[in-house]
Amino acid sequence: MDSALIPEGVKRCSPAKFLIFLGVVGAVLLWGVFAMLLCWIKGLNQTNMNDYYGFALWIWADLAVIALGGGAFFTGFLRYIIGKDELKNIINYAVLIGFICYSSALLILAIDIGQPLRGWFIFWHANVHSMLTEVAFCLSCYFGVLTIEYLPLILENRQLDRVPFFHNLSHNMHEIMAVFAATGAFLSFFHQGSLGGVSGVLFGRPFGYREGVFIWPWTFFLFTWSAAACGPCFTILITKITEKVTQKKLVKDNVIELLAKISGWMLATYIIAKILDTWYWASVTAPSKGFWLLDFYSNNPFYGPWILVLEVIICGVLPALILITESGRKSKTALLLAVILAVIGVSLNRWVMVLQVMAVPVMPFDSWYMYFPSWQEIATTVLPVAYGVILIGLSHRYLPIFPQEKELNPID
Amino acid sequence: MFPFIFEWVWDMSHIVFMGGLWYALTIIGLGMTYCLIKAIADTAGIGSGGHHHHDDHH
Repeated sequence: MDSALIPEGVKRCSPAKFLIFLGVVGAVLLWGVFAMLLCWIKGLNQTNMNDYYGFALWIWADLAVIALGGGAFFTGFLRYIIGKDELKNIINYAVLIGFICYSSALLILAIDIGQPLRGWFIFWHANVHSMLTEVAFCLSCYFGVLTIEYLPLILENRQLDRVPFFHNLSHNMHEIMAVFAATGAFLSFFHQGSLGGVSGVLFGRPFGYREGVFIWPWTFFLFTWSAAACGPCFTILITKITEKVTQKKLVKDNVIELLAKISGWMLATYIIAKILDTWYWASVTAPSKGFWLLDFYSNNPFYGPWILVLEVIICGVLPALILITESGRKSKTALLLAVILAVIGVSLNRWVMVLQVMAVPVMPFDSWYMYFPSWQEIATTVLPVAYGVILIGLSHRYLPIFPQEKELNPID
Repeated sequence: MFPFIFEWVWDMSHIVFMGGLWYALTIIGLGMTYCLIKAIADTAGIGSGGHHHHDDHH
């Protein structure tokens, strides 16, 4: 039925099977759309956010997908600026994953602002002293860059590529892709950093507050660093899941191992910096504000001291050690474990820097205040996941995403 | 965002902040304009363009 659209020399599942897949994931997507419409029509009273939690599940999801989507800018930087040529075999997928992550982040923000009709105010009436304005600018511009990077892939669809104008446009975009990749790296450096800067400048929230350089708190650099380290881990993880689902090898091991090695060293250096930052904050910064480390942790279900151990040691030090050793990268199980832990680690870091910052009592009359999202918040957070799965399914079926697929899976 | 909007002030914050935004937008805009114009020229057979192969595009 759709064989004319499928790339030549590769095998895909039957249209019926693919439609069933789209139907199942589409149902989840519709559930999210319903919740999204409730939030837009009835307002933010559909959420469990309150005066304690102005930032909640959505902002965590935003920060997490932006960090995980960091694989696109960092792989692009390595491929086009540093010249790691082997990464041309995974850059398409990194771009697709980045495109999904950033479009999801923008969608979540469009729901979170409560009054989307006034969303353009952040550009038009920009507050130039706000980290979040900088994030909005860079996020939107970088989404434009990712669209430009994804567009040639769409134009390389078997039927579209036959149109001479589309063929030439795709070719020309590839020719100057290094310019777009460099712009993307510049934009990513600043918006990843500014997201970390948001909690770092909150001097009224001593759990998040950090000292730093000029206007940038240390969290600015830690966020960029962790995104560059863990974003490629997410790209590897999604590649492995896609290989499992399609029951095909899509990327050669040497490509995965190279990306894993670079991620490993980025993660190792990041986690050293993170430990130093935590130690300095716990022993100098926080005591200067009248707090000591265990004031920020409690015996409640969410924020015991275990969360620090889980984030830094189990999901930081451990995957870094696996990824920087050759035997760790060559073992399929260890590699998978490391990328899963790294993805959990960076997501947990964003959770802590958004939610725990809000939960810690700062006034003498305050106590720990817990938050659990409403079903509408959960559904609208699941929505981008379903959208991402559908876009990956469509892209894998109709676009030449994996350049090594034909060689690795010859059709008799 | 623009100097004609009422709250605009010609200070360092606005120049650095908006300078960065317009710098990025200019590169993206000029890059895409170049690609589109060259694609039109190639399709029309102007210059040395014409049909390309995708051997090393990834």
